[in-house]
Amino acid sequence: MSPAADPLAPRFPAAASAALQDSQLRHNLGHATQTIRAKRAQAVGEVPDWEGLREAGRALKERVLRHLDDHLMALEESVTRAGGTVHWARDGEEANRIIGDIAVAHGVSEVVKVKSLTTDETDLNAALERRGIRAWETDLAELINQLAGDTSSHILVPAIHKNREQIRELFVRTLPDAPPGLTDDPRALAEVARRHLRALFLRARVGVSGVNFAVADTGTVSVVESEGNGRMCTTLPEVLVSVMGIEKVIPSWEDLEVYLQLLPRSSTAERMNPYTSLWTGVTPGDGPQEFHLVLLDNGRTNVLSDEIGRQALNCIRCSACLNVCPVYERTGGHAYGSTYPGPIGAILTPLLSDMSQARSLPYASSLCGACYEVCPVKIDIPEVLVHLRQRVAEDPHAPLRERLSPEHLAMRAVARVFADRRRYEAGQRAARFGQWPLARGGKISRLPGPLAAWTATRDLPAVPAQSFRDWWRQRS
Amino acid sequence: MPPRVSLFITCFNDTIFPQTGQAVVTLLERLGVTVDFPLEQTCCGQMHFNTGYATEAIPLVRRFVEVFSDSELIVSPSASCVGMVRDYYPRVAELAGDAGLAAAVAELRPRVLELSELLVDQLGVEDVGAHFPHRVTYHPTCHSLRMLKVADRPLRLLRAVGGIDLVELPEATQCCGFGGTFAIKNADTSAAMLTDKVRAILDTRAEVCVSADNSCLMHISGALSRQQTGVRTMHLAEVLAQTISGGVA
Repeated sequence: MSPAADPLAPRFPAAASAALQDSQLRHNLGHATQTIRAKRAQAVGEVPDWEGLREAGRALKERVLRHLDDHLMALEESVTRAGGTVHWARDGEEANRIIGDIAVAHGVSEVVKVKSLTTDETDLNAALERRGIRAWETDLAELINQLAGDTSSHILVPAIHKNREQIRELFVRTLPDAPPGLTDDPRALAEVARRHLRALFLRARVGVSGVNFAVADTGTVSVVESEGNGRMCTTLPEVLVSVMGIEKVIPSWEDLEVYLQLLPRSSTAERMNPYTSLWTGVTPGDGPQEFHLVLLDNGRTNVLSDEIGRQALNCIRCSACLNVCPVYERTGGHAYGSTYPGPIGAILTPLLSDMSQARSLPYASSLCGACYEVCPVKIDIPEVLVHLRQRVAEDPHAPLRERLSPEHLAMRAVARVFADRRRYEAGQRAARFGQWPLARGGKISRLPGPLAAWTATRDLPAVPAQSFRDWWRQRS
Repeated sequence: MPPRVSLFITCFNDTIFPQTGQAVVTLLERLGVTVDFPLEQTCCGQMHFNTGYATEAIPLVRRFVEVFSDSELIVSPSASCVGMVRDYYPRVAELAGDAGLAAAVAELRPRVLELSELLVDQLGVEDVGAHFPHRVTYHPTCHSLRMLKVADRPLRLLRAVGGIDLVELPEATQCCGFGGTFAIKNADTSAAMLTDKVRAILDTRAEVCVSADNSCLMHISGALSRQQTGVRTMHLAEVLAQTISGGVA
């Protein structure tokens, strides 16, 4: 099954073009990303040794990935010792089956969920639905998307594409308890959601969560959140199932110190997030009396074998790269057609799906580097994007029409021209003479073929009569 | 002061923006630097590498390393091409599986400088004796800012220009949407980014938008021209080459 990417999603340029026309989306996103950008910069600026912290976060992840198998075995042992059960899932289908089996074994028809990208990646809710089990999203934004039949468009703020009025209208339409005179005051909206969710928390017997960090030497699992719904889901039900990508393991308790500083400041621009839940296996008489940890591969071990791409597994899902990305800010998350949108999605999605899908995503970037600059674990996203572009452009299994596309042919031809001074100078002369039907008053306003995409909105300068090298020769 | 500097003009400037190269020569000679121009140079391979055609870039990297092997210092009026050489040439050499090329690249890299780095760091000048009595705003290009980390060097040079009315560009560090083939492959998104950049430039009421990369400037000026804004673009070198007694060469 496909991890992350929707195989039927349109290619990025087409999906982006449609999104660019959505003025409400542009307004909502522009406002939200600009606000969080400024707040993040301030929160990060307070830490005197932020760069040192970033480097520690990166180096630690690199070391973990190098010995991932050892750390995972250690985690399994310590979780088991603490009374939990560890399951290994090769792919999303296997993970969904394990979770479904647990729910069925307990005879439940519903589960409550903490916001979890990993279960979005495996499409858990749909899989449970097929077995007659309703999965209730309890994160406010995930709830909004679920009620609207919509999908997430941001890693941290899944309903960033919606504004207060849209949410008010949705609640009035879908929540029976919503008062008729509900306003778009955030507190009023949150209160309606709280009342709706509280009943679910108290009723549900099985909770499902993702995992931010799992400590190998103690078996401690952690969920970092803002709303408290995660605390409810991980403490109230009798049974708790947590799903984690295998890269989420960290060696020791002390390592949390690094990430619990990096994550909140990068994601919500807070010094500390409101709720950090940490639990170790099962504690008799306190919290869930049955705990399952599902370790999900779903393409991750393939990514490990990619020397440049593997740094994408450092990601702690903070979403800082989305908030600074000039492309994401304008197109929104849905254009990426993937669980993981924005710059990190543009590398993670193709990597996890082994390039069979999402071939347009590595090109969904101007390589401006703003993402790399803010990444708390120093993922060089532009480097990985360029690396993945190479895998697309040089794919020997690509269809012939792609390998013989105008771009491929032009790139090869131009490389040949540049490889030799005489050919290069002849090329300069050819450009100068070839442009005569197009150049007017020193500029070109219409070009044929694929280059028309440039001149649709931009002029091009005409090639001047004398090149620099001609001037230089004349001078000396 | 280095006796000699080799100019790496870049294929793009050589062909489309010769006035930028002329300005670099005028400026450096005015500062007492001897400039040479190895005629065998062509292209650094950035477009190929960034678009995914790294294999095609290998011969261009080899060529660059050979052409400039004897140069003491190499200067270029293009931050993104310098970024290619300094940040990505080692990767191309690795892809080529050529240890000799990797060694040559490692040896060459630190000698390749962007114009403002040469002026401020090597020549130790900020006031280059330029005079440019116009309202100017400066767009820091992404690669100058985030790959080369030239920081405020170009601005320090501009602030020292006589008669200049330098105004800050709002949201200056936002990308203009060029991104090489991105401007074609994702033309609509690119245009949306450019629109916001143009609005920021117009808000400054500047006559001239200055930058350290003609590629980004070509993108920005493409919209400034199409929209009949009356704002022109100039490379940093062209502003710095202007003196009170007159223009460039």
